[in-house]
Amino acid sequence: MLASAVLSFVIAFLAGFGRIAKNPIIRKFTGFYIEVFRGTSLIVQLFWFYYALPGLFGIDLGTDFWAAVVAISMNYGAYMSEVVRGSILSVSSGQREAATALNMSRFQRMRLVILPQAVRMMLPEFGNYLIQMLKATSLVSLIGLTDILYHGDIFRSTNLSLAPTVYLLILVFYFILALPLIWLTRWAEKQSSKGVATE
Amino acid sequence: MAEPIVRYKDVHKSFGDVQVLKGIDLDIAPAEKIALIGPSGSGKTTIIRMLMTLEEPTSGVIEVDGRPLWHMEKEGELVPANEKHLREVRGDIGMVFQHFNLFPHMTILDNCMVAPVHVKGESKEEAKQRSIEMLEKVGLGDKLDNYPSQLSGGQKQRVAMARALVMRPKVMLFDEVTSALDPELVGEVLEVIRDIAQEGEMAMILVTHEMEFARDIADRVLFLDEGTIAEQGSPEEVLENSKSERLQSFLSRFRSSSPS
Repeated sequence: MLASAVLSFVIAFLAGFGRIAKNPIIRKFTGFYIEVFRGTSLIVQLFWFYYALPGLFGIDLGTDFWAAVVAISMNYGAYMSEVVRGSILSVSSGQREAATALNMSRFQRMRLVILPQAVRMMLPEFGNYLIQMLKATSLVSLIGLTDILYHGDIFRSTNLSLAPTVYLLILVFYFILALPLIWLTRWAEKQSSKGVATE
Repeated sequence: MAEPIVRYKDVHKSFGDVQVLKGIDLDIAPAEKIALIGPSGSGKTTIIRMLMTLEEPTSGVIEVDGRPLWHMEKEGELVPANEKHLREVRGDIGMVFQHFNLFPHMTILDNCMVAPVHVKGESKEEAKQRSIEMLEKVGLGDKLDNYPSQLSGGQKQRVAMARALVMRPKVMLFDEVTSALDPELVGEVLEVIRDIAQEGEMAMILVTHEMEFARDIADRVLFLDEGTIAEQGSPEEVLENSKSERLQSFLSRFRSSSPS
C-alpha cells in the first residue's frame, strides 16, 4: 500500500506534467497512458501485470507483490495525474504573467508560483484517492497475495458460523487503516493553507 | 534624442482574424514618461504586454536597449528568440498589472524577495534589506509579514509596485493599475507612481484612464485609436489642443464623467 501510494504520486506528477508539456509527443503519449489505465478495470490490469505480461512479453515483475504495486500505482497514477493537471491549469494566468514579469524561468514559475498554489487544490482529491487506493488493495488477493480480506476469508471458511463477525472485523480493520490517511490529508490541508485565505 | 531604450519598428499584432495593432512605430527615450490613452480595444494594453513578452508580435521588431526582444541573431539572420534570450532582454522590463497578481501564498516581504533571490541570485539578506526599503517607500513597512489577502486593493497595488521596483528595471510598465480599485484608493496608488516618476532615471509607460494624472507626470501622451498611434505630443498638445475629432470626442467623455 505504501509503496503503491508513493509510486502513484510519482506517476501522477510525471503524467500530470506530461499532459501540459510543450512537446506534443510527450503530451500524446501520457494522454494515451491515462486513457488506457482509466478506461480499463483495475482487476483486469492486475491480471495483466501478473499473468499476461510475463507470458506474452517475457516481462516479469519479480514477485506478485510488485505486480500488484505496479498495477495499482499505474491505475491510480492515471486518475491522480488528471487532478495534477487540472489544479495546475486552474492557477490563474495572472500568476504566470506576474512571474514572467519578474523574469522567472519556466521552471521557476512552476516551482515558486504555480505549484505551491496548485498543490493546495490537489490535496482534498489526493486524500480521496489515497483512501480508495487502500481499499483497492483488497483486490490483490485475486492474484494470490495475502491481504486482510484473504486472511479473513480463510478464517471464515474454517469457522463458518463466525462469518458475519469476520466480515465486520474486516470492515473495522479497513476503517482503522484509513483513519490515519484521513487525518493525514486534513493535516496537510491545514498546513498548506496557513495564513493564506483565498484571494 | 539619445539612443532609445525601447523601439517599436512597424509592429503588428493580430488575435486570430482580429487585427489589434496595425503598424506601431515608437521610440522611447531613457527616463521618458509616456502615457498611453485611447478607447478600450484600441490596443494600448497589447503594446505593453508585447514589451513584457506576454504577447508575441505578429510581425515587426521590438528593441530594448538596442537588442531585439523577440528575435535573436543567428548566423547573421534574425530568428525567433528562445527562452534564454527572452530572459536576458526582459530583465530590463518590469510591470504592474491591473489586478495586482500578487502571489497569495507568500507574505508581502516574500513577494518582493522571491525574484531578486531566485532570478538575480542575490543573497537573502541583501534582497530582504532592499525589499524592506522599497516597501517602506510605498508606505507598507509595517505589513511585511502579512499575506496579500489581508490587504486592501490599494495596498496590494503598492506591494506590486515595490515588487517590480526591487528588480531595478530600466522600463516600468503600468497596465491600468488603478482601474480595479475603489475610487477612494486610487489616490494613494497614483501618489506612489508620482514619487517613482520624480526619481527620474526609469522610463515609464502608463496605460491609463486618469487624464489629469497623465497630464501631470507624462512627458509625452500617445492617443491610440484602431490599432495605430493617432496622435502624440506633449500633454498640452494632445489633451488640450487635440487635432482630430475622434480624440476630442474621446476626451469629452472623460470631462463629463469625471468630477475632477
